[in-house]
Amino acid sequence: MRGAKSAKWVAGAAIIALAATACGGGNDDADKGKSSAKGAVNADGIFSVEVGEPQNPLQPANTMESNGSIVTDAIFSQLVDYDPSGKLQMINAESVETSDSKLWTVKLKKDWKFHDGTPVTAESYIKAWNWAANVKNNQTNASWFGDIKGFEDVHPADAKAKPKGDAMSGLKKVDDYTFTIELNAPLPYFSYKLGYTVFSPLPESFYADPKAAGEKPVGNGAYKFVSWDHKKQIKVVRNDDYKGSDKAKNGGVVFKNYTTLETAYEDLKSGNVDVLRQIAPKDLPVYRSDLGDRAVDKAYSAIQTIGVAMYTKQWKNTDPKVLQGLSMAIDRDTITKTVLQGTREPATGWVAQGVLGYQKDVAGDVTKYDPAKAKALIKEGGGVPGNKIFIQYNADGGHKEWVEAVCNSITQATGVACAGDSKADFQADLNARDAKQVKSFYRSGWVLDYPVNANFISDLFRTGAAGNNGFFSNKALDAKIKAADSAASLDESVKGYQQIEKELVNYMPTIPLWYYKVNAGYSEKVQNVDYAQDGDPILTQIEVKK
Amino acid sequence: MGRYVARRLLQMIPVFLGTTLLIFLMVYTLPGDPVRGLFGDKGVDPATLARLRHEHGLDQPILQQYWNYMTGIVLHFDFGNQIASGRPVTDVLGEAFPVTLRLAGMAFAIEIVVGIGLGTFAGLRAGRLTDNVVLVFTLLIISIPVFVLGFIIKTVFAFQLGWISPNVSNDAKWGELLAPAIVLGSLSLAYVARLTRTTMAENLRSDYMRTAIAKGLPKRRIVGVHLMRNSLIPVITFLGTDLGALMGGAVVTEGLFNVKGIGGTIYESIVKREGTTLVGLVTILVLVYLLMSLIVDLLYAVLDPRIRYA
Repeated sequence: MRGAKSAKWVAGAAIIALAATACGGGNDDADKGKSSAKGAVNADGIFSVEVGEPQNPLQPANTMESNGSIVTDAIFSQLVDYDPSGKLQMINAESVETSDSKLWTVKLKKDWKFHDGTPVTAESYIKAWNWAANVKNNQTNASWFGDIKGFEDVHPADAKAKPKGDAMSGLKKVDDYTFTIELNAPLPYFSYKLGYTVFSPLPESFYADPKAAGEKPVGNGAYKFVSWDHKKQIKVVRNDDYKGSDKAKNGGVVFKNYTTLETAYEDLKSGNVDVLRQIAPKDLPVYRSDLGDRAVDKAYSAIQTIGVAMYTKQWKNTDPKVLQGLSMAIDRDTITKTVLQGTREPATGWVAQGVLGYQKDVAGDVTKYDPAKAKALIKEGGGVPGNKIFIQYNADGGHKEWVEAVCNSITQATGVACAGDSKADFQADLNARDAKQVKSFYRSGWVLDYPVNANFISDLFRTGAAGNNGFFSNKALDAKIKAADSAASLDESVKGYQQIEKELVNYMPTIPLWYYKVNAGYSEKVQNVDYAQDGDPILTQIEVKK
Repeated sequence: MGRYVARRLLQMIPVFLGTTLLIFLMVYTLPGDPVRGLFGDKGVDPATLARLRHEHGLDQPILQQYWNYMTGIVLHFDFGNQIASGRPVTDVLGEAFPVTLRLAGMAFAIEIVVGIGLGTFAGLRAGRLTDNVVLVFTLLIISIPVFVLGFIIKTVFAFQLGWISPNVSNDAKWGELLAPAIVLGSLSLAYVARLTRTTMAENLRSDYMRTAIAKGLPKRRIVGVHLMRNSLIPVITFLGTDLGALMGGAVVTEGLFNVKGIGGTIYESIVKREGTTLVGLVTILVLVYLLMSLIVDLLYAVLDPRIRYA
């Protein structure tokens, strides 16, 4: 009995080893054969994608988390979109033009229709934006309209004040298919923001019962909504009347609800789901050998950082050199390779890859591991107050392992004591951040909203910005951000922000750690699966095999 | 008997109020705000936050919130709306309950048939080989954590042999629920078997059993009526409370097999600080518990006439 059992173990181990090497060796060939290996395609084939239950009703301005936004993005098209290199593409707009970056003129394509057959006009956009911005309608993304003139009238900053009107004065209809947007101040990259879901148009039928419309969204996108079986699945089918360039190459999508990533991965292997967005940490070591060339490992535009709680006693008046030193004490290469199993790439700056204005190695030596220099810098800056730091993280998000690794790295290199400060879950973590209760550091992450470097700087480090959870504030930097925002052209604005990013080393508002990667996979039923900059699969491109 | 039932029903009122209040207070004391959670990492717009909080009554004192919620339930059968999705909690419950009821029902049936069967088997042969085999088997099951057992079943039957699909699909068909039901029922099954075995072995030696045997009754009647009836009282007590536990305690099993039932919904509501959903669920579970213990008490009377006349 005993002998038999151990023999089986050995055999098992040998099989695993073989599979792993076979895969490793075969990779090059697979890449070569990729284009020729594609099978016949069923243009009406329907495939399934792993998601969770969307948090909110499917109203475009109310959908912030990824489970909902992947669906709303399929159903709604906006004025513009980006290509994989981050370049602006016209979708529903014929053109989006400006001469002074303050007054924007939008011309719409004339033959577009909503899924209920009504035409998409200038009115569809103006009314939708006014509705979404109105504080009465409680849309979580309402603040996105804050650039537009008259936003305060519909969305007063004081929670108790009543809105003065129903419309933002900055939005004006010129004719049925043309409207203008006037901003509070020039913003050269405003057209890039227009690709975000929140700027979707809404059909007239929406306003009769917005709540019901969130259950059965009618959009203008590449897919039509069919059904939402709560906590089970959402089904959409191809919109054959779609006029956009990103027409679907498949018959439709079923967004299948999974409670855990592990079960989704099991279902992928047994053929019950076709496309995953993420692989659970447990399966990361094996997914490449399990899936072969159907395993996806691709960079996307998101970054993980250690946020600095600037309001604490520890960091209030401390020399940024100390933070530089701590940053240099983190061995990013080793941690990403071992603890994170190659699923991240060490960061060299504050702006993620694939974004307009991304610069390599902008942080210079600060993101390179150098224990000796780290020690010297900390000493030069007067040492870490209290000689102990904490990194706050939410225990439900799988952050514990790397936080511990980062802590070990810092302690080993510099002798500064470091401990993880675990909050039970994301809600509690956010609460501590909002209430300014973070002890010294917190883990933070940022996925792009629009592919311009401003999104990673202005929205994170400007005084009072929504994503500025560390309450970093620097007048000189604010002035430079303002200058970059009011630059004459997009190019100059991007350059302005590049300059600001170079200077961030002197302030260290956060410690950059690494860029995220998409680690996912797909089934044998589908091909041409690629992932966009926000990490979601590009649904319209996916082809279902016959 | 009628007075007894009425008294039991009246007792339910303070239990009902106490449990729901406790749950409400517990959710409230957890750090984290359900509305703030909607905004995530990207930061929050204070005006919208305040309005959403007001809309859901979260800006009122906790006891006021509790009062509003309970009057809604009692007077209008209105369980309120989920904060995130805005859907009525009754809808959410209506979807989750049938699935869990089916799963718990199957687990319960397995538990009764196999548990009592094994227990009787072992009890009648107390001290012999069969008894010891059952002892080892049940101890083994008791000592394995649920998630390990689930994982083993999945690995062996789904991945190695390919007999079952690893996860329950959205329709939650009976066949698919078999594996999770076995996992869910296994722990209690072992307890039922042990309980049955012990009381049987004890009662076998009692006077009335000797009398029954001496009277020359057929064995089937001795075991089936005389022995069973007396031995099942503690087992029934256990089974009664266990049905409630099966419905509420399926968090691990449901998560493991991707079952969209009560367990998962409870877990999710705790994580998202959805006090209203959670209280709704717990209220119903409390009712299940109360109803079950009522049935159990009534069953005692059926099994043992002495209790009936007491």
